[in-house]
Amino acid sequence: MSPLLEIENLRVELTTRDGSAPVIDDLSFSLNAGETVSFVGESGCGKSMTALAILGLLPAGIGRVTRGSIKFNGEDLTKASDARMREIRGNEISMIFQEPMTSLNPVFTIGEQIAEVLREHRDMNAAQARSRAIELLDAVRIPNAKGRVDDYPHQMSGGQRQRVMIAIALACEPKILIADEPTTALDVTVQAQIFELMRDLGREFETSIILITHDMGAVAEMAERMLVMYAGRKVEAGPVDQVIDHPKHPYTKGLISCVPHLLAELTDERPPLAEIGGIVPGLAEFGRNQCLYAARCPLADDKCLQERPLPLAGKNGHEAACWHVEKVS
Amino acid sequence: MTNTLSHSPLLKVEHLGVRFAVKRNGFFGGKSYLKAVDDISFELARGKTLAIVGESGSGKTTAALAVGRLVEAFHGKVQLDGKDFLALSDDDLRVARGKIQFIFQDPYSSLNPRLRAKAVVREPLDSLTDKSEAEKQEIIDQLFAAVGLRKEQQELFPHQFSGGQRQRIGIARALATEPELIICDEAVSALDVAVQAQILNLLRRLQEERGLSYLFISHDLGVVQHMCDTIAVMYMGRIVEYADRKSLFNSPQHPYTKALLSAVPSVKKRGVSQAQAQMIDGDPPDPVNLPAGCRFASRCPLAAEVCRQKEPELGVLSDAHQVACHMVE
Repeated sequence: MSPLLEIENLRVELTTRDGSAPVIDDLSFSLNAGETVSFVGESGCGKSMTALAILGLLPAGIGRVTRGSIKFNGEDLTKASDARMREIRGNEISMIFQEPMTSLNPVFTIGEQIAEVLREHRDMNAAQARSRAIELLDAVRIPNAKGRVDDYPHQMSGGQRQRVMIAIALACEPKILIADEPTTALDVTVQAQIFELMRDLGREFETSIILITHDMGAVAEMAERMLVMYAGRKVEAGPVDQVIDHPKHPYTKGLISCVPHLLAELTDERPPLAEIGGIVPGLAEFGRNQCLYAARCPLADDKCLQERPLPLAGKNGHEAACWHVEKVS
Repeated sequence: MTNTLSHSPLLKVEHLGVRFAVKRNGFFGGKSYLKAVDDISFELARGKTLAIVGESGSGKTTAALAVGRLVEAFHGKVQLDGKDFLALSDDDLRVARGKIQFIFQDPYSSLNPRLRAKAVVREPLDSLTDKSEAEKQEIIDQLFAAVGLRKEQQELFPHQFSGGQRQRIGIARALATEPELIICDEAVSALDVAVQAQILNLLRRLQEERGLSYLFISHDLGVVQHMCDTIAVMYMGRIVEYADRKSLFNSPQHPYTKALLSAVPSVKKRGVSQAQAQMIDGDPPDPVNLPAGCRFASRCPLAAEVCRQKEPELGVLSDAHQVACHMVE
């Protein structure tokens, strides 16, 4: 079976003051129907840009796809017309954004905002769309959906607004749901509810989910496969359990060990956290023929500075782009 | 609390309360009050770290601001070294303010964009001490080295630094007056995971070198577990559980604490967490019209009749553990 979404050798360039920089550099990955894949990395590594590229929402006039393809059900989205992309967006591929506070329109009721998607893509009339909106609010577990449908966003809590965003995203039963840090602004208890909701709805509608996050715990709980990005490049990808238990790339290893995870059995021991020194390189350094992580990497040598490592595939599709894979343990 | 805690604590907070007037169109147009912090007490020993955790709206930040006199307390005492900080005025207050300093959450908005880095760090020295120019410059040089910034970076403006570096400037500013207590209000939540580890390690190193005490406000339980010696869990303005690090994380007693802990997605307890997760549904009560009984009763899986009638007091379980719940034996 061919994958639902297949990205091959994608390169996205952004025009900056100093010329153009590849914010996504030779990215390939595929997403199967009903699967959850997580994109991980620090800010500025190209996770959100990948999502925008899939949706055809790259910043106008600045960002463009210069190489590669994004095939959705066999159709290359990089060549699709604006009209065709409008048909797909919110209908077959939809997205939940990070900030539930700012991504809803404050001057329309939530019912109208859900109905808008349905009228646009499903040719429903106002009454049908409204009753479907109530069903959807009920599906995302907003209590008293009928009474809340005429509320404005400011009348809802952060968690409820994110539920409304999910209702909008799922209104047309999309094949792919892209969730860009959907719970970063929310409390942990609310985050747990939103994750549970996404899992249930994903199962019910057989939606594939792309979860963009920096939280390894969230990845472990939500996704089957993960993809680690650094400075616009895929540095490691594979099944979640395998990558977290045996990371092959020093960056992945650093990302996992630098977070103070909740321990099941706590002792008096408190070793300092492992650090990844430095920060993500600026756009000017993207695209160089070298390992871009070398400046922060404890294993870096001359070879890392001279040639870009390419992803080497291993067992179960677990791949890593590092010259020193065998030294990472 | 533990014996070490009861011996002359650095900070002793007793019956602290903060209330905000809320406009209400009531019958007689009278003012209603929102009790953001409602009668809380805790202690912090010298050289130790106390965390206040809870969801947004629990009052944890307001409590910290009241301790530092950045919001006015309605009642209660804040004793620093045996002196009531809230009763001080004029010169006594000016000296005492140097003993309590803050590190704020957002390194982007908490530094004055028009001041050079060295002027940012110098401000508390100018306003709270009477040191000579030469002494001040010496302190600034030494602080820049201590937080890991280079000397020439003193001349730069905040926008020329990365988020992590800015937080280092914020830390240097907090250290300038040689405080005994530093209040860290979500000091690492705005940072990328890799940078967060650098700052957490820095905070712990500085604590060891200078014998600092931290009042640590955070919603990230992994960070709290790593950083803190004692933890106070707040819900709707009240402390519901108060215990040392090991007893709180290894045997949480209050249903709210249990729910908070089980909601954290973690790579370490993969597979377990979903089965054990205790979801708490429902919304917290209206903070202006609090119910008669336990404030958590509306969301609590264990709630019984007594919980809806009588508010539980903090009861002592052991010398290291207090909990406010009718259902805990």
